Amino acid sequence: MKILVCISHVPDTTSKINFTDENSKFDTNGVQFVINPYDEFVLTRAMWFKEKQGASVTVVNVGNATNEPTLRKALAIGADEAIRVNADATDGYFVAKQLAEVVKNGDFDLILAGRESIDYNGGMVPGMLAGILDFNFVNACIGLEVDGNTATVIREIDGGKETLNTNLPLVIGGQKGIVEEKDLRIPNMRGIMMARKKPLSVVEPVSFDATTQSIKFEKPEAKGAVKLIDANNVGELINLLHNEAKVI
Amino acid sequence: MSQDLFQAPDYYQLDDLLTDEHKLVRDAAREWVKREISPIIEDYAQKAEFPNQIIKGLAEIGAFGPYIPEEYGGAGLDQISYGLIMQEIERGDSGIRSTASVQSSLVMYPIWKYGNEDQRQKYLPKLASGELMGCFGLTEPDYGSNPSGMVTNFKDKGDYYLLNGAKMWISNAPFADIAIVWAKDESGRIHGLIVERGMEGFTTPETHNKWSLRASATGELIFDNVKVPKENLLPKKSGLGAPLGCLDSARYGIAWGAIGAAMDCYDTALRYSKERLQFGKPIGAFQLQQKKLAEMITEITKAQLLAWRLGVLRNEDKATSAQISMAKRNNVDMALTIARDARQMLGGMGITGEYSIMRHMMNLESVVTYEGTHDIHLLITGLDVTGLNAFK
Ligand SMILES: Cc1cc2nc3c(=O)[nH]c(=O)nc-3n(C[C@H](O)[C@H](O)[C@H](O)COP(=O)(O)OP(=O)(O)OC[C@H]3O[C@@H](n4cnc5c(N)ncnc54)[C@H](O)[C@@H]3O)c2cc1C
Repeated sequence: MKILVCISHVPDTTSKINFTDENSKFDTNGVQFVINPYDEFVLTRAMWFKEKQGASVTVVNVGNATNEPTLRKALAIGADEAIRVNADATDGYFVAKQLAEVVKNGDFDLILAGRESIDYNGGMVPGMLAGILDFNFVNACIGLEVDGNTATVIREIDGGKETLNTNLPLVIGGQKGIVEEKDLRIPNMRGIMMARKKPLSVVEPVSFDATTQSIKFEKPEAKGAVKLIDANNVGELINLLHNEAKVI
Repeated sequence: MSQDLFQAPDYYQLDDLLTDEHKLVRDAAREWVKREISPIIEDYAQKAEFPNQIIKGLAEIGAFGPYIPEEYGGAGLDQISYGLIMQEIERGDSGIRSTASVQSSLVMYPIWKYGNEDQRQKYLPKLASGELMGCFGLTEPDYGSNPSGMVTNFKDKGDYYLLNGAKMWISNAPFADIAIVWAKDESGRIHGLIVERGMEGFTTPETHNKWSLRASATGELIFDNVKVPKENLLPKKSGLGAPLGCLDSARYGIAWGAIGAAMDCYDTALRYSKERLQFGKPIGAFQLQQKKLAEMITEITKAQLLAWRLGVLRNEDKATSAQISMAKRNNVDMALTIARDARQMLGGMGITGEYSIMRHMMNLESVVTYEGTHDIHLLITGLDVTGLNAFK
């Protein structure tokens, strides 16, 4: 089985968020980047397939050279090789188009991606990728087994879980549950040393014009002060909601 | 202990001075400490017990001889990587860092630098994997700051050396499988010997009732007519310079390690100062508390720069013993001052095991004493700049 794990390079959740270029670009200055947490869950599952079922694992990122440490970390955790598509990841459709090329050229059976990236939280790439490739697709995946050409997949649905059988080739949008937090791996020294020698190839993007453009980012308004109104004073509450907050 | 919310301060974007591999190594150690050390360390420190179960994990993150070449089981990393690993481990606890320092700089280093090929092959891979643990015996009951006066000695008995004497304050001694022991030959010259647990006449009683480095095991080494095989003598260097070379390596690691303890205290105090309300305000809004925080982050930043520069010099094999001494003294003193200020900022909570600060503060009392006391390091710098010896 040939597995491709799509890895997105995202700011650590504790980063301070600021924008530059008249609020049209994220300011990366001083920001620490990590493997997108959703991707880390599926990468860890891929390691399981590698160790238990002899799968090969390739990791891919669409992004520029500053993203390479994230791919190197995935190699240190145990992926066999890495591919970087040398382009700015402008929007979800652009990324899905680039990934589709990588899948076609590499003949992958199973494509594992996180359900969404925690930077822009678009949540579009895995679905679009499956659409472009015409592969089966399961999103919000919290359990995955593969036997030959068939996969048994559990996905989260409103208020419960659904178990499905489907065939490879398959795209998965995964999340916590596909493995648990305690299963996530810290690269060990052996892994870091081996990662030095593993291939990280850079491929040029297929030409394709992005269809969207970010015009402006705004931060959520800071939380305002809270006014407490006595339970016996409903009149005052209505007055404030009507005249001050102007919501009723 | 409450949940480990540590965020490392990097006020001057010093990460830009590190390579991608440095950051990968450091971040792996940082994650490991969060996962494996923070949840258990308070308990082990309270019980005054070394957590044996972490040895394998320490080996896996490269804490044992990361700069030892790969052919001997090391990782072949540079000095900055070594420093960063020590920093992260000491962020968790100075006692755990002590175990890693001793294994790397005081046991593996002398075998690598002063040992012959057979000794390297025999011991280094097992020390790197944690299968064997080592300790380093230099200090004696009557010779601490002045190790050249040591009385531990060995006599050439033809087939073997006969070792007699005692060492005191030895980290890892109670559980170590081997000891690098510094002793005088019949002519009074200092040599290193590899003494193995199980050799007749060799015992390692534990030192109890410490208020510092409680999660690290400390003990004595007692040699009562121990027959040491001749092949266990480290042949390539002798004289006081041999153990001092090991101390250079360990002191360098401590200069980084102390930053870890300081960062943890600062980070804890900073978070607490924003959450704790008094007089209707977060205490961090009061000028006296801000002064403490401002000074802490300034001193941490200076210490980080010092350690980084020293790492570059060590990579180029240019760092002098006096330069290393200065960084050890400065950074440990900085960490101790920060620990004391941070402890005050937490008020009563600062004395509990709920927070790491008091543990760091007590640990650092050992760190400022071992590997050359603060005062001895002042004398080293004093001698270096004046050329005048004030030791005796
Ligand atoms: C927890 C712990 C772990 C340790 N682990 C090890 C280990 O693994 N291996 C090992 O060999 N040793 C170890 N040590 C020993 C440590 O290195 C010694 O404690 C240290 O060198 C100081 O020696 P001392 O305790 O005999 O103090 P002393 O040398 O007696 O010093 C007492 C005081 O006198 C001052 N002083 C001494 N000489 C002078 C001078 N010429 N001028 C001015 N002031 C002076 C000192 O600065 C100090 O303040 C450890 C110590 C501790 C506490």
